[in-house]
Amino acid sequence: MSDKDIDKISGTETTGHEWDGIKELNTPLPRWWLGVFMACIVWSIGYWIVYPAWPGITGYTRGVLNHSQRDEVVANVNALKAARASREHALSAASLEQIQNNPELQQFALAEGRAAFGDNCAPCHGSGGQGARGYPNLNDDVWLWGGTLADIQHTITVGVRSTDAHTRQSQMPAFGRDGILTPAQIDDLVEHVVHLSGRPADERALRRSGKLFSDNCAGCHGPVGKGDRKLGAPNLTDNEWEYGSSREAIQDQIWNGHGGVMPTWAGRLSPETIKALAVYVHSLGGGE
Amino acid sequence: MDGSTSLPVMAAEGVARSDVQATNSAARRKLYKSRVPIYPKEVHGLYRNIKWAMMAVTLSIYYLVPWIRWDRGPGAPNQAVLVDFAHERFYFFFIEIWPQEVYYITGLLILSAVSLFLVNSLFGRLWCGYSCPQTVWTDLFIWVETRIEGDRAARIRLAAAPWTAGKIAKRVAKHSVWLLFAVATGGAWVFYYNDAPTLLHQLLTGSASISNYAAIAGLTFTTYTFGGLMREQVCTYMCPWPRIQAAMADKESLAITYRRDRGEPRGPHRKGESWDGRGSCIDCNQCVAACPMGIDIRDGAQLECINCALCVDACDDVMIRISQPRGLIAFDTDANIVRRQKGQKARFRFLRPRTILYGAVLALTAAVMLVSLLTRHTVDLDVIRDRNPDFVTLADGAVRNGYTLKLMNRSDKARDFYIDITGTTPRNVRVIGLGDVRLPVKISAPADRVRTLRVLITVSKADLEKGALPIQFVVREPLHHEIRAESAVFVSGATP
Repeated sequence: MSDKDIDKISGTETTGHEWDGIKELNTPLPRWWLGVFMACIVWSIGYWIVYPAWPGITGYTRGVLNHSQRDEVVANVNALKAARASREHALSAASLEQIQNNPELQQFALAEGRAAFGDNCAPCHGSGGQGARGYPNLNDDVWLWGGTLADIQHTITVGVRSTDAHTRQSQMPAFGRDGILTPAQIDDLVEHVVHLSGRPADERALRRSGKLFSDNCAGCHGPVGKGDRKLGAPNLTDNEWEYGSSREAIQDQIWNGHGGVMPTWAGRLSPETIKALAVYVHSLGGGE
Repeated sequence: MDGSTSLPVMAAEGVARSDVQATNSAARRKLYKSRVPIYPKEVHGLYRNIKWAMMAVTLSIYYLVPWIRWDRGPGAPNQAVLVDFAHERFYFFFIEIWPQEVYYITGLLILSAVSLFLVNSLFGRLWCGYSCPQTVWTDLFIWVETRIEGDRAARIRLAAAPWTAGKIAKRVAKHSVWLLFAVATGGAWVFYYNDAPTLLHQLLTGSASISNYAAIAGLTFTTYTFGGLMREQVCTYMCPWPRIQAAMADKESLAITYRRDRGEPRGPHRKGESWDGRGSCIDCNQCVAACPMGIDIRDGAQLECINCALCVDACDDVMIRISQPRGLIAFDTDANIVRRQKGQKARFRFLRPRTILYGAVLALTAAVMLVSLLTRHTVDLDVIRDRNPDFVTLADGAVRNGYTLKLMNRSDKARDFYIDITGTTPRNVRVIGLGDVRLPVKISAPADRVRTLRVLITVSKADLEKGALPIQFVVREPLHHEIRAESAVFVSGATP
């Protein structure tokens, strides 16, 4: 095949292959294309040598740079920690009030708190801390366990009904489910609680419910239902209801005695992060 | 004129005929063919001098502007023109632009575009011929090539010559100088984004950031490739403007024009022969030899022509030698050729509906920009309402809304501002960090910075109105009597 076979019609060289009298034209790739292709091959050989490339039985070739994305992440995280170290140290040394009153430190705490809140708290309390049924709203001025910086810090540290030895602990009895009160008595108490929050209630039930309330409820919620933060007992006279304000919701709560769990964050988050979270939650608007 | 070999070597007495071909003209350019190199011949004359001057001016602006200093006081950069990405500021002498004012850049782009339209409809592609970076650097690279390898004929001989030591030396020298200019071009670019003296020191000591070296490398590559290797191909194949500009030009637009009414019929002229009954064009091809775009201007207007007028200089030179009037090729209009052919007087119509429209748009845009620049505020307020939660109901039924305020102090001094809220009667206003405040609240903002505030507004249950209540945040700057207001809403939810 030393002679070139030129197609007469197109003037192009053929490959010499012939099927049923039809010949294939030889139209090579453009040179620049071929050049790029060759350059890629050369590049890939360099890549094999320098970077991890080939899989083996027990591992893979590491490359002379010994590069690993995992190591890179670790190095980046460490670099970030080093960059934050001075401020993190300042956060550790300062009291919560000092953090709040130092604009620079406060800004740092708010930024760290916002990020930590999104990662750890938002699943229950909502991304804006707006809460949901059974999960307290952190924006308003209602606090079960207190809304000062120190209170918030302590609640985050030990949790509520958590596994921590010093956990915030309260337990409303399940008056109906456990047979402590009869359904009729509970219905009377529902009217009593409705009345406490300033809404019209059944007069006959109210005549019976006074003694029931002082015997069963006042121990924690107080004689007039104002609640007690030391015990984590909610105020029954305000507009805020963790489990709902309707008669059905109140009946359900007295019957079942719902109480959620907040985990302890000590050990899971650093003391600095917990401080930052306390400052952040306090800044949402309800802080005292 | 493919049958060039049959024509005489001399086009006229004392004027040699060039055997150049217009290899880049649309008729000769085959799509699937490698580029035929163009060896433009150096010319001398008015337009060549203008082009040299324009090259000197534009390159000087480009290379020197980052080095101009401008005192803005302590804490601010003292570089006259600086795009400071790290601090989100653009400095241009006495003007400082924040990212929020990017519409000034948009205005500048509109001004540039309309100026281009106006100039194009009046005088043709002056931009392409004299001030486009592609033109300027290509011209510079051809100048270098001519200095090292010689003029057209010498360069053609060198290209055909075997690879001797002398040829290698010339080629190495040429490409080295090209690369030097290319590096300087990329190097000047990064100075617009950093403090020039600091960066130069960092670049020389190898301590500048990798992005600077990458930018220099990238621009070195493009400058070397576009100016040295690709040249007219950039204009012919890559640039959209040659295609667009035809829409701005009409029969009355000036353009480099071969006055065919005077030149035709063309042909070699012998000594003593009469000029009667023939054109002035002696077909010497000097216009083609001079053309950096590799076209023949005598084919008429074509998108490859960048209007650089080097063919005018080449032709005028020949006309002088054969004692004919100059201006066989000149800035002229298509309409004038027709007028002369009809025996009418040539004239230039610069006032046309098209040019008046472009001029009006240009003046309007410039006026709007000037007014907005002169009356721009040195303080601005942005209000971002909390959406999550939308509103917060408090224990006593009152409702609270949260807002993030961005108070922008564009002054070079720290200033005090007074923020007031209108449209509602709040029970309580709290600024996070300042506690409960009385309105108007005094807020100080540092020089040339944004201060971010979180403001919580609480409205008593008795004062709540259903739905979204429009309110306004008003910021007042007492020293300069500046007042800016920003609208927002207060949402009371379903409570009332």
